[in-house]
Amino acid sequence: MEFKRVAITEQAAKIVQQLKEKHGELIFHQSGGCCDGSAPMIFEKEDMYLDDSDILLGQLEYVNYYMNEEQFEYWKHTFLTVDITEGRGSSFSLEIPLGLRFIIHSRLLTEEENKALNN
Amino acid sequence: MSYKKPNFKEKYGNFINGKFVDPVDGEYFENKSPIDNSLIAKYPRSKKEDVNNAVEAANAAKEAWGNTSAAERANLLNKVADIIEQHLEEFALVETCDNGKAIRETINADVPLSVDHWRYFASVIRAEEGTATELDQNTLSMNIKEPLGVVAQIIPWNFPLLMLSWKVPPALAAGNCVILKPAEQTPSSATLLMEKIADVFPPGVVNIIHGFGPEAGKPLASHSGVDKVAFTGETTTGQLIMQYASKNLNPVTMELGGKSPNIFFNSVMDEDDAFLDKAIEGAVLFAFNQGEVCTCPSRLLVQEDIYDAFMEKVIARTKAIVQANPYDVNTMMGAQASNDQFEKILSYINIGKEEGAKVLTGGNACKLEGEFANGYYIEPTILEGHNKMRVFQEEIFGPVLAVTKFKDEAEAIEIANDTLYGLGAGVWTRDAHQLYQIPRAIKAGRVWVNCYHAYPAHAPFGGYKKSGFGRETHLMMMNHYRQNKNMLISYDKNKLGFF
Repeated sequence: MEFKRVAITEQAAKIVQQLKEKHGELIFHQSGGCCDGSAPMIFEKEDMYLDDSDILLGQLEYVNYYMNEEQFEYWKHTFLTVDITEGRGSSFSLEIPLGLRFIIHSRLLTEEENKALNN
Repeated sequence: MSYKKPNFKEKYGNFINGKFVDPVDGEYFENKSPIDNSLIAKYPRSKKEDVNNAVEAANAAKEAWGNTSAAERANLLNKVADIIEQHLEEFALVETCDNGKAIRETINADVPLSVDHWRYFASVIRAEEGTATELDQNTLSMNIKEPLGVVAQIIPWNFPLLMLSWKVPPALAAGNCVILKPAEQTPSSATLLMEKIADVFPPGVVNIIHGFGPEAGKPLASHSGVDKVAFTGETTTGQLIMQYASKNLNPVTMELGGKSPNIFFNSVMDEDDAFLDKAIEGAVLFAFNQGEVCTCPSRLLVQEDIYDAFMEKVIARTKAIVQANPYDVNTMMGAQASNDQFEKILSYINIGKEEGAKVLTGGNACKLEGEFANGYYIEPTILEGHNKMRVFQEEIFGPVLAVTKFKDEAEAIEIANDTLYGLGAGVWTRDAHQLYQIPRAIKAGRVWVNCYHAYPAHAPFGGYKKSGFGRETHLMMMNHYRQNKNMLISYDKNKLGFF
C-alpha cells in the first residue's frame, strides 16, 4: 500500500484546475510564519527558485507540493489536506484574486503511515 | 462608551503623483470589515500598468526630493504627525473597522505610536551627522549619505497604519520617494492618511497602490525602476521578493515571522506585589491584538517549581478578557482580521488537541450576538504541551498560547532557541544575573526584559534567523534606505610620481 503525506479536497482541486488553465504549470509551496504564513501558496512553476532544501511532499492534481526542510522537520508527522475557503490573503499566491484562499487541515499520521513515511 | 462604524465613500482610488486616480483597467475589489462582515468600500484592483505609473511618478520626483534640506523634510514629517494626531479618533475608528481590533488598542497604541514614529524620524535627520576622517596629513575621507531613489514597501494587515508609519518616514527622511502597497485586507487607513496629507509632499514623493499580491505586489517588487524593497510578511513571499530583487541587484529588508518565547523564572513569585501583577499581564499579552503580531509571545515557558501557582493566575487573567463589540472602549479583544485567518487558527487549535496538547482555557470560536454574529472571533486559548509540537513551532497568528515548563536556566535557553525564528523574546525574573545573561543567550533581535510588547521609536527592532534582517524603528533603518558616498580628497599638491 502506498502512503501519502498530502491530499486535496474536491473543491480545492477544481480551483487548482482553474488556475492551471490560466497560468500553466504550477507548484505549491508551504509558507511559514507571520500574517499570511503557515499556508499553502500556489505559484507558476518557474516563479520560485527551489533546491535541495525544499522537500517534495507529494503531488496534488499533478502539482508538486514543497516545504522547506527545516519546517518539514516539525511537520513530518502530520498529514495535510489542502482545502479552499473564502478569504483574502496578501501573499503572491495565485488564487487570491479569486477571493479565495487555500488552507490546510492537518491530522497526525497514523502509526502505520508514520512507519512507512518517516523511516 | 461605544463608537459606531465610520462612514466611507463607495470607492477609493490609488494615490499616485499627488492625487487619487482610478485603476487603469477600472477594476475594484470589495473590502469588508471582519467585525461584522459588512462592506467598507471598494478599492482599486491595481495591475502592472498602475504600478508602472506610480514608479514613473516616483522616479520623476526623486531628484528634487533627494535634494531638499533635512530641515524641510523634517518639517513635512512633523506636519504629517500633527495631522494624524489631530484626527486620532478618526484614524482609530477606521483602523478598528478595517482590521477588527478593539478600539482601545487603536486609540491608545496604533495611532499615537504612528504619530511618534513620524516625529522620531523628523528629529533624527536634524541631529545626525556624516563622518570625515583625516587618513593622513593630506588625505581626507568624507562620508555623505545619499538616498537610494525609489523605495517599494509592502506591509501586512495586522497594524496597517503603524506598519506604514514604521516604513514610510525613514525612507522619506533619507530622501527617497516611496511606493507603498498596503495589504488588501486593510487598505483604509493608508487611504485616509493620503486624503489628509495629499498636499503635504510634492507630487510623486509618496504613492499608494492597492491590489492583490500576484497582480500588484509582484510587479512592484520586481520592477526595475525601484531601487529597494522593504517587506513585512511571511517566509515564502519573503523568499520570492528576494529572488525578484536579485534580478535587479537591489537591496531588501525583511521582517518575517516569529514564535517568540516568554520565559518566567521562579523568582517572579517571590513576592505577591505589583511586579508579579505585571508579570501575569506579561504572560497574557499573547492576546494583545488578537495574537496577530509577529512578536506574539506565543510560547510561554514557566519554571517548574512555580508552574501550577503561576498558571492558575495566568488562566484566571485570560478568562477575564472581555470579548465583545470592538467599537466599545471596554472590549479587550476584537475580531480576527479575516475569514481565512479565523479558519487557520481553529485548524491549529485542532492539531494542537490531536497532538495531545491539553486545553487549559478557550479552544473554540467565540460566538458574539446580533450584528457581530458574522464576525470572526476566537476565544483566547491556552494549550499545554511540549516544544516539539506544531503549535509550539508554527506561527498561528492568533490568540493561542502554547505553554510548557522548564527545570533550570540551561533548559529554558534550550527551549527558547529551539525554533526557526528569532524575532522577539521575553525574560521575567528578579535575579540580577539572569536579567543580563539569559537575554544574551537568546537568539532573537529584541528581548524584552521584565516587560513585553513595547515598541517605542528609538529602540531598534528586527529579527535573527528566519525572522529576517534589517532594524526598524531606529536611526539604523535610515542606512537601509541610503547609499554611502565616500569622497576621498587629496590636499597634496605633489604628484604620485608613477608617470
